[in-house]
Amino acid sequence: MRMDKFMRMVLAGTASFSVLIVALIFLFLGKEAAPFAFDPGLGKLFGAQWIPVSFQEELFGIYPLLAGSSLVTLLAMLFSIPLSVVGAIYISEVAQPVEREFLKPFIEILASIPSVVLGFFGLVVLAPLVKNFFGLGSGLNALTAALLLALMALPTIITISEDALASVPRSFKQASLALGASELQTIFRVTVPAALPGIIAAIMLGIGRVIGETMAVLMVSGNSALITLYPLDSVRTMTATIAAEMGEVPFGGHHYQALFWVGIALLLITFVLNTLSRIVLKKYGMAQ
Amino acid sequence: MSGNLGQKLIYLLLRLITYVIVISVGYILFDIIRHGIPVINWEFLTAFPRRSGAEGGILPAILGTAYLTIGTIAVALPLGVGCAIYLSEYAEQNRFSELVRLAIITLAGVPSIVYGLFGLGLFVLFFRFGTSILAGSLTLACMVLPIIIVTSEEALRAVPRGYREASLALGATKWETIRTNVLPYSISGIITGSILAIGRAAGETAPILLTVAAFFLPKLPDSIFDQVMALPYHLYILATQHPEADKVLPLQYGTALVLLILVLGMNLGAIIVRIHFRKKYKW
Repeated sequence: MRMDKFMRMVLAGTASFSVLIVALIFLFLGKEAAPFAFDPGLGKLFGAQWIPVSFQEELFGIYPLLAGSSLVTLLAMLFSIPLSVVGAIYISEVAQPVEREFLKPFIEILASIPSVVLGFFGLVVLAPLVKNFFGLGSGLNALTAALLLALMALPTIITISEDALASVPRSFKQASLALGASELQTIFRVTVPAALPGIIAAIMLGIGRVIGETMAVLMVSGNSALITLYPLDSVRTMTATIAAEMGEVPFGGHHYQALFWVGIALLLITFVLNTLSRIVLKKYGMAQ
Repeated sequence: MSGNLGQKLIYLLLRLITYVIVISVGYILFDIIRHGIPVINWEFLTAFPRRSGAEGGILPAILGTAYLTIGTIAVALPLGVGCAIYLSEYAEQNRFSELVRLAIITLAGVPSIVYGLFGLGLFVLFFRFGTSILAGSLTLACMVLPIIIVTSEEALRAVPRGYREASLALGATKWETIRTNVLPYSISGIITGSILAIGRAAGETAPILLTVAAFFLPKLPDSIFDQVMALPYHLYILATQHPEADKVLPLQYGTALVLLILVLGMNLGAIIVRIHFRKKYKW
């Protein structure tokens, strides 16, 4: 019996590690970022210019990085949402069982391709295509990054939307068909509306994935810290900024601390998106 | 009749759109395999890079990724399986288990670059491990922990109640029951989760960017406090930072293919393990 109590304690200990790690993530991001709040002050973060290395005044305004992340995410969703929602509807409601068994794992391959490999593909295949299509000097811009990110969001949105569609009670569809609605009407007026909260949650998780994505964006977005709405401009996202600059900053300096603030912003945004979508999925009984 | 035709047309449209996705995935794989295969040969896999990666092979990057994933799994597996056993066998619905579940979901959603920052702050600087295999493995272990916990818990919960009750009825203690009548039957799920975690750890770049990676090292590491090269980082540098990026394109494709084979191979392995054990145990 003593062994039993001991093992229970050990196992509870391992379980508490996940809580500990979350706490440490917040703590250590905060710890490295904190000194910036006293000197030069948090106000410096709310500016329109990110010029972290300069002979005159160094500027740490994160608006261009927020703008870069937003533009790329928005564009990516513009491509990804229609494709993936249609894909989920087709797989769940229209495809034959054999076809479904092929489509699901094949699309999930996308989720396991390392992002650096996708970034490499974007760099050597996609960017030249975009460049030639629009007659640009360089294919490294927000549009190319968004196209890659749209691909990366697909498996997340498709898988979770498909779960949501599959969890719509069969009786809903049967009632609709019995009332004389066609299959098509049933899909778009009954099944999809019933699964809508799940689909929205899936899209939010997809957005979380896209905002947090680093390597692919770093490799193809061109990395100019501009505030722009034009898809063919080169942009710099929050993730790419951290990845590109952290290697070259002196530890403990203002630039270093500012990068940790960017990390905190990123953590909070993804945390809110993920938590909201989990709440929606749980409320409508669509969580896996 | 016209309604039926309209329905068919719309189904066709949905199908076309879905296959646009399939074709995109297929094309990415095809492109990398087509250009990567001619590059991969014995020398490429077993030689050191020469002229800062412009010639020679990628052996140190392959080994570096192997060290990192071994370190990652050595830390994440016991912690993850322990947590899964606790959640599935011991935990009541109380504050603590709710908190643990919330933490797991949160960990699963943290962006990989934020793990990099965290690893830099905690392991590299605070614990003074420096940029090293140790710091990188620990960072990656935190990242893959949710994968192992979720898959292992699923596997443990799939073991029928009767197995536990029979053992308890014969006088075994709870831990004896878990050890002899629950764990052996859920081992396939645990292995599946571990393989998936290895695949994820092997392919990630952003966390190791800040905690381990070195682009070019003349020798293999001596201890866990050394830096190593790693496949994803090697690919990133060859593709974006190399002075002769265009000339080394074949080497980039070769590295990408090796990484892709490694990661997709892991995922395929996980699927095979799952199918194999599903046939063995039927309940």
